[in-house]
Amino acid sequence: MPEKFDVIVVGAGPAGTSCGYQCAKNGLKVLQIERGEYPGAKNVMGGVLYKQQLEEIIPEFWKEAPIERPIVEQRMWLMDEESAITFGYKGQAWANEASYNNFTILRAKFDQWFAGKAQEQGVTLINETVVEECLVEDGKVIGVRTDRPEGEVLADVVVLADGVNSLLAKQLGFHHDIEPAQVALTVMEVLKLPSETINERFNLEDGQGCTIEMFGDATKGHLGTAFLYTNKDSLNIGVGATLSSIVKVKMKPYELLEYVKNHPMVKPLIQGAEEAEYLAHLIPEGGYHAIPKLVGDGVIVAGDAAQLVNGIHREGSNMAMKSGSYAAEAILLAKQTGRFTEDVLDIYREKVYESFIGQDLKKYKDATETLETHPQYLKEYIPMMNRAAREFFTVDGASKREKQKGIFNMFMERGKIRTVQDMYRAWKVMK
Amino acid sequence: MSEQHRGIWVFAEVNDGTIAGVSLELLGVGRVLADKLDVPLAGVLLGENITPLSEQLIHYGADEVYVIDDPVLKDYRTEPFLAGMGKLARMYVPEIILYGATPNGKDIASAIATDLKTGLTADCTMLDVNVEKRLLEASRPAFGGNIMATILCKKHRPQMATVRPKVMKSLPADPARKGTVIEEKLQMKEEEIRTKVLEIIKGPGKSVDLEGADVIVCGGKGMGDEQGFQLIHQLADTIGASVGGTRDAVEAGWLSHDHQVGQTGETVTPKIYFAIGVSGAIQHTVGMKNSEMIIAINKDPDAPIFDIATYGMVGDAREILPVMIKAFDERLRENEVVSHA
Amino acid sequence: MHIVVCVKQVPDTKVIKINPKTNTLDRRGVPSILNPYDTHAVQEAVHLKQQYGGKVSVLSMGPPQATAVIKKSIEIGADEGYLISDRAFAGADTLATSYALTKALEKISKTSPIDMVFCGKHAIDGDTGQVGPGIAKRLDIPPITNISAITKVTKDYVELQRKLQDGYAYIRSTLPCLITIEKEINEIEYASFPNMLKAVHFQPVVWSVDHLENVDRKQLGLKGSPTVVGKMFAPPKQEGGHRLEGTPEEQVKQLVEVLKDKQDLFHVNKS
Ligand SMILES: Cc1cc2nc3c(=O)[nH]c(=O)nc-3n(C[C@H](O)[C@H](O)[C@H](O)COP(=O)(O)OP(=O)(O)OC[C@H]3O[C@@H](n4cnc5c(N)ncnc54)[C@H](O)[C@@H]3O)c2cc1C
Ligand SMILES: Cc1cc2nc3c(=O)[nH]c(=O)nc-3n(C[C@H](O)[C@H](O)[C@H](O)COP(=O)(O)OP(=O)(O)OC[C@H]3O[C@@H](n4cnc5c(N)ncnc54)[C@H](O)[C@@H]3O)c2cc1C
Ligand SMILES: Nc1ncnc2c1ncn2[C@@H]1O[C@H](COP(=O)(O)O)[C@@H](O)[C@H]1O
Repeated sequence: MPEKFDVIVVGAGPAGTSCGYQCAKNGLKVLQIERGEYPGAKNVMGGVLYKQQLEEIIPEFWKEAPIERPIVEQRMWLMDEESAITFGYKGQAWANEASYNNFTILRAKFDQWFAGKAQEQGVTLINETVVEECLVEDGKVIGVRTDRPEGEVLADVVVLADGVNSLLAKQLGFHHDIEPAQVALTVMEVLKLPSETINERFNLEDGQGCTIEMFGDATKGHLGTAFLYTNKDSLNIGVGATLSSIVKVKMKPYELLEYVKNHPMVKPLIQGAEEAEYLAHLIPEGGYHAIPKLVGDGVIVAGDAAQLVNGIHREGSNMAMKSGSYAAEAILLAKQTGRFTEDVLDIYREKVYESFIGQDLKKYKDATETLETHPQYLKEYIPMMNRAAREFFTVDGASKREKQKGIFNMFMERGKIRTVQDMYRAWKVMK
Repeated sequence: MSEQHRGIWVFAEVNDGTIAGVSLELLGVGRVLADKLDVPLAGVLLGENITPLSEQLIHYGADEVYVIDDPVLKDYRTEPFLAGMGKLARMYVPEIILYGATPNGKDIASAIATDLKTGLTADCTMLDVNVEKRLLEASRPAFGGNIMATILCKKHRPQMATVRPKVMKSLPADPARKGTVIEEKLQMKEEEIRTKVLEIIKGPGKSVDLEGADVIVCGGKGMGDEQGFQLIHQLADTIGASVGGTRDAVEAGWLSHDHQVGQTGETVTPKIYFAIGVSGAIQHTVGMKNSEMIIAINKDPDAPIFDIATYGMVGDAREILPVMIKAFDERLRENEVVSHA
Repeated sequence: MHIVVCVKQVPDTKVIKINPKTNTLDRRGVPSILNPYDTHAVQEAVHLKQQYGGKVSVLSMGPPQATAVIKKSIEIGADEGYLISDRAFAGADTLATSYALTKALEKISKTSPIDMVFCGKHAIDGDTGQVGPGIAKRLDIPPITNISAITKVTKDYVELQRKLQDGYAYIRSTLPCLITIEKEINEIEYASFPNMLKAVHFQPVVWSVDHLENVDRKQLGLKGSPTVVGKMFAPPKQEGGHRLEGTPEEQVKQLVEVLKDKQDLFHVNKS
């Protein structure tokens, strides 16, 4: 007879661990199953962890968690082939513990730590084990089958926090197959660089960090972004584009990364750094429209598995944690009622949709698609803006009024109506 | 430890009536150490009908040979060999004993170290002595070969080490050398011994002759894929060489484990060693760096293999090899025609 | 049949890094693993248990973290675990290690007599293979090293295949005996889910020096170790030779030229 738990959590990423932690803390018998050698072994993330959601679970976690640097500056680059319009925000407020906003982390270390905290709460974690399918009886999920001999194990509720590809949610028919336009393939490298060099190049005090997000030429004008983040003594550099546009560009992801690394804006920042790791991973970018069915009898889907990622703001781990927390709340409620059916667990779905997760994803619901179907934003406007800025800042005897006129004409060359339409559309999807 | 510990011993391993190569190599290095310390060098021979082999040990540098010739020592077994070696070491108190780092050498050395309660350094690749302190400086790769450590045994005697085959050089045999042979007896009856050798089967699992090969063509991860690796086989076929591989090539499944050269594979010393698409990681080079000539092809001009290559060719192996195969093929056929003519 | 397997926790030498400036080990982030040969030893013991009945115990000496390798052994199917852990054991070389492990084996055998002790062929951090034969000598049982197959087991004896430099010896030994295990003896099986669960909560019996009997403390740890590490240094670098220059054709031409007088080493492929 297989063993029975209150809760089985599949996956030890931010979503699964957050859920397991809170269930165990409230006295439930929790089994967490992770296919990696240890939590985080294969997990990839640009590396920005927002404070809020984890702080709610573990107050002042940064005092012991393996964070790299608190971020005091966020830069945005709108890039052309050799130039960029740069803007961003830097503030000492973010350097104060009380008002930290986010941190860079390395997932391999962070996930292990977080899962360790959950184990302290009583979670039983099994690594190196793949959950192959949910056990379903009379339409209700009653446990899982792993790939190990005698691999079945039972539970009242199974939480699917198995990441972007969630095969398990697909097997249950919760998902439609993910379309190439709804996922981004991201490749990234960890580049070793001495801490002092990083401080110098990025103009940082010791123990403070900076992030750079790149749009435009970074992805050769195709839909996606690149990023460069500072860790303690390494940098994370990566670039991602939707699968559909990668197919169109016919440029392999690592070639794109090479291209970014050699961009004149980027190259001096990473010069001399030693490649320590190369990683590739999918990010769900489908947004609001791609959210699958979130609950069923005896089952909840959380985190990336539920496609809860805000591609525009690169928020994912925070949504994963928050959804994990909501899942725990729903499970605890169900435990009280003794019923683990869809109608009881449905409180999870409500919370996800009512919270910032649902709200934010709704706000940007058409952004990806708009950018995908209207490549002119990345391909034409950003280079144009670069040209405009260069024009404007170059002192060459022309009056500023003439310059503005020239720039205006440049934008209107594409046809007044089209440009105005484009601007209106952009405003609409981002509003 | 006492002042009376004097002399360097080499445990002479005998297989099928012949002395193992590593034992002769140890006499070579032992000779150097003995001269530095100004003590005699001795070989130790245990076995059945092995007394005549004493001469050979002397030719290769021994001043003395201790012999126990006894039927219970016919095939190697720990118990009787330990008894014999332990007896000799207690009677004649050497200050250093060297063993080959072979299965039998390591087995006997470990047992004796525990018996005599002394230190033993395993798998050495460099040996020296501090004459003043009469200390053996035994150096060996540690932590997967990433670093060398020198191990000392300051307060216990004898000082002992096992040494990897093929890293030391034996002296040329000198048939004119003279030495003394000291024979002892072993009081041990077959019935007292708890292990029996039922059968010995030579050679299986050793279908690949890397050790004896004059020319080895070794391919690494740089060959790209199984198909790319075919070029390695083609070159080897063309010039009649044996094929070797790095661990990465073996792990990729391009050839079987018995072709692996390096720390966890074979140690080889061919006359010519081709290292193609091989980065030259230390774990690989420990197994081949003593080759007489090393020819490396690598597209990375900074690949460490070039540090030990006699001839280095920078470039894409997949481009160079077809040219090379063709050139050798033509050259060799030409020769054949000439020699047949 | 009671088999005790000695298992050691070792740094994974595949990922170990050396700081080239100081020649010291960079242990940061180097994972600790169950010595691969010991993994095969545990697996073999579990196979024998499945075939002949009895139980498998594992014994390790090390810091409290070494519990991890005992848990790993439980995953494979071991039944009991013992950890000897004490500052007094620290800094032990193979002689002192075999002494401490022997004392623990003696204690284990008092409650549950031991038929066979298994060790790995060697530990990948030290690569010595000396501890096994050392234990056998101290327990006064026959050691048989480099075992690649166990062909027969009876109440009184075992038959084994021992790997030699160039072949195999088939050996019969009385019981009890100590054998050291080669990797080729078996394939590690994928552990069952119940064993994985059992391992998570498994706690070994932990003994300090005071738990062991008739211990001569002088033979333990650093004090009991005749060998010391003198110095660490980078492996000697050799000087490279000539670089051949030019196009592939030109390089090959030069090579064929320099190999001219070595051509007798080549054999024309007659086929
Ligand atoms: C390159 C990149 C950059 C990113 N940058 C950021 C950023 O800067 N900030 C941010 O907040 N978010 C970022 N994200 C998004 C963020 O990584 C994810 O949203 C977050 O990791 C989701 O957490 P999760 O727990 O849902 O899934 P995951 O972290 O993917 O965890 C799922 C876990 O389940 C395991 N698993 C999967 N299937 C099985 C199975 N069948 N059996 C057992 N275990 C299984 C996996 O091994 C994995 O450990 C980025 C993502 C990528 C790829
Ligand atoms: C404990 C331990 C034991 C080990 N034992 C062994 C052992 O016994 N034997 C062993 O070999 N390794 C062993 N290793 C592994 C060793 O450290 C190296 O990883 C391995 O030798 C590397 O193999 P490689 O040179 O084939 O691959 P890589 O290191 O990947 O090198 C491939 C090389 O090919 C070059 N290259 C790529 N493409 C081309 C091309 N088209 N043309 C020409 N050149 C090209 C590259 O520049 C590179 O230098 C051991 C490691 C450990 C930790
Ligand atoms: N600290 C230890 N604890 C348990 N077993 C050990 C320990 N050290 C060595 N061994 C055993 O002895 C074998 C050989 O180790 P070594 O002699 O260090 O190469 C290992 O494979 C283990 O089985």
